[in-house]
Amino acid sequence: MEEMIAGRRRFLQSGSATTVFGLFVAAGLIRPEAAFAQAGWNKDAFASKSLNDVVKALGGAGATPTNDISWGATPEIAENGAVVPINVTSRIPNTQSIAVLVEKNPNALAAKFDFPAGTDPTVSTRVKIGQSSNVHALIKTADGKYFVATREVKVTIGGCGG
Amino acid sequence: MHRREFLQLLATAAAGGFLLDPRASWAQGERLYDVPRFGNVSLLHFTDCHAQLLPTYFREPNVNLGVAAALGRPPHLVGEALLKHFKLRPGSAEAHAFSYLNFDQAARTYGKVGGFAHMATLINRLRASRPGALLLDGGDTWQGSATALWTKGQDMVDVCKRLGVNIMTAHWEFTLGASRVKEIVERDFKGQIDFIAQNIKTTDFEDPVFPSHVMKEINGVPVAIIGQAFPYMPIANPRYFVPEWSFGIRDENMQKVVDEVRAKGAHAVVLLSHNGMDVDLKMASRVRGIDAILGGHTHDGVPAPVIIRNAGGQTLVTNAGSNGKFLAVLDLDVRAKHVADFRYRLLPIFSNLLPADTEMDALIKHLRAPFQAKLDEKLAVSHGLLYRRGNFNGTLDQVILDALMEVKGAEIAFSPGFRWGTTILPGQTITFEHVMDQTAITYPYTTVNEMSGAMIKTILEDIADNLFNPDPYYQQGGDMVRVGGMTYTCDIQGKPGHRISDMRLGGKPINADKRYKVAGWAPVSEEARNAGGQPAWEVVADYLRAKKTIKMPKLNLPKLSGAGGNPGMAG
Amino acid sequence: MADPMRIRATMQGDKVLVRVLMSHEMETGQRKDSAGNIVPAHFIQSVTAVHSGKTVLTAEWGPAVSKNPFLQFQFAGGKSGETVQIIWTDNKGDKRTDEAKISS
Repeated sequence: MEEMIAGRRRFLQSGSATTVFGLFVAAGLIRPEAAFAQAGWNKDAFASKSLNDVVKALGGAGATPTNDISWGATPEIAENGAVVPINVTSRIPNTQSIAVLVEKNPNALAAKFDFPAGTDPTVSTRVKIGQSSNVHALIKTADGKYFVATREVKVTIGGCGG
Repeated sequence: MHRREFLQLLATAAAGGFLLDPRASWAQGERLYDVPRFGNVSLLHFTDCHAQLLPTYFREPNVNLGVAAALGRPPHLVGEALLKHFKLRPGSAEAHAFSYLNFDQAARTYGKVGGFAHMATLINRLRASRPGALLLDGGDTWQGSATALWTKGQDMVDVCKRLGVNIMTAHWEFTLGASRVKEIVERDFKGQIDFIAQNIKTTDFEDPVFPSHVMKEINGVPVAIIGQAFPYMPIANPRYFVPEWSFGIRDENMQKVVDEVRAKGAHAVVLLSHNGMDVDLKMASRVRGIDAILGGHTHDGVPAPVIIRNAGGQTLVTNAGSNGKFLAVLDLDVRAKHVADFRYRLLPIFSNLLPADTEMDALIKHLRAPFQAKLDEKLAVSHGLLYRRGNFNGTLDQVILDALMEVKGAEIAFSPGFRWGTTILPGQTITFEHVMDQTAITYPYTTVNEMSGAMIKTILEDIADNLFNPDPYYQQGGDMVRVGGMTYTCDIQGKPGHRISDMRLGGKPINADKRYKVAGWAPVSEEARNAGGQPAWEVVADYLRAKKTIKMPKLNLPKLSGAGGNPGMAG
Repeated sequence: MADPMRIRATMQGDKVLVRVLMSHEMETGQRKDSAGNIVPAHFIQSVTAVHSGKTVLTAEWGPAVSKNPFLQFQFAGGKSGETVQIIWTDNKGDKRTDEAKISS
């Protein structure tokens, strides 16, 4: 049970920290761009809160749902919300990039990968997921179209099994 | 069974006031174990024995609710609905083995179940009629008893080697810690038992930790056995035991392994699984090319396989119960490089019908001898039938909860929904060994915490989702956390976060902001391990010693909603 | 300077499978230290993989990528014995480059 409490506490802490961070930003105490210095890094996309806003920030109009994506070893239930393996393979022809979004994180976009010709449209990474959330794989094709597939990843307090 | 033994059994039955079915005859025992050989590939399978070396009582559940696609489908059938589905005769030995019905009386009639010396006799008989048969252990073998805990699994390892286990996968074994598991696999098992799991990878480069499968030739037929460990071990149990390993279902990798072994020439592919039956049923619908899944984890004693059609043909899905109560026999007729036909039996092990194997009996006695005095300590006498298994509180859980609340001065108690733990009959003396049967884990710490009403609800919702999520891949197995002190309503068809309502303490609604004193045990966090906390067995044993007699506990069951007419509930 | 990356590049048929473990805190900027102060964001923002002078992968990351990031991808056209180079740059301008030989 202790884990449940600790887990809940961690969750609450991260939740309140988010709020605090949000307040600082709102009050102008932290300028988002101050933290985001790297040139060529799409700060608008990484500051977006939703799938639609990320698509817009990346220059698209909207994303079409697709089943032509496999999730590989992406878990249904996370062993550790701080380290959730995400494995995405696109079967959509001319896939140029794959972005990974966590719907309920403070900012949705976690990572975006671009595949030059000769590199397969498959990638593995590991991301933080604060609470049970949909994870989106957002695919951009060479002709600028966006497709999206969604997988629910549960973050649980654990214990009590067996 | 010999005539003399049967007469004894009849006498016991008469004394117990139990009316045996008039059609029963002394030949019943022989018939039960008269399993003619079939085909050319035989696999013997036991699972989830939870280190029960000796015969015990084990009551099957009267609540095992299925939701969504699992509603009313095996394994979510109990009592009469189960007997009817599998055409088992009420009052028969098999009806007793597979159901909770009339448990107290039937247990007195048919006696204890399981015990490795009795299982050894059955295995030896089956091996004699089935040359080349393999013995598969589905895991949850090294945990569940005092002696397994005190010897770090060594008693079970020695017994399984003597029993002739060929292949194993695992779950609770990992709560002995990664290095202990590695030590046993690399030292004790070397050259004798293959330890397999396709779904365990290192957390750094995702390298396999164990072989995914093993190829065996049985009577000239190449057979692949693939291993699937419990996918959610680091979530259901403390992750600190296996910090460098990652688990998960990994069904895409499963497909790769199946394709690989088929390419290597396997004519039959069998999965030794600790997924749990609902996960196995879903996996069978998604992965092509597995002929049979010999399953465990959910402790479902399922008399006949469920056949799942998929893109590769069909897959048999089985589950072989728990506590050493059953031995499964899968006979395959493999012809023209594929499985043409099969026979499956899940044989209950009645220790009165199967004499103990002398050698195994001696080994078990030898292994237990150093601990015998401690195990035999008499703590209290039970007035009622004490059992654990079921989706919600069992009477034995209730004793644990009552002990936690009383000893720790808490108004609410939580106890994990473990599915292992033996049953105690009315009038039976509760020994220290019985207490260890319910509590022998490597993280036995009791905890006392102040929790807000909101937090209690979050916890209950989270666990309810592990049990009642409509998608089995999002379930962890295990049963609902047992709750003492507080009452609540559970809507088993509710949406996540909306299943638990009307939480009350002493009739008054639980206040989301108010803090309550909550006792519990078996915490999975590292902080709780470092904090220590009195082991649960001490708390329960102290409570029993003080009480001396335990009246039938009053079950604190939630009010259920959405379960009307569900054949997964009876009584 | 951050610790070196651990890079494995292996031939898988005619493709090169690259797996990388980087050493980086990946601070979100939303966590408080024991004194209650917010720990400033510090995370890798861009990753580039190069083989024989050609870029074979680029990535942009936010702070939601886990501590000590893992990356796996695969590309065609490499041979055993050749080199794959990985470069990351973080939001504070720190940069690290490591390389590994492709093994068969």
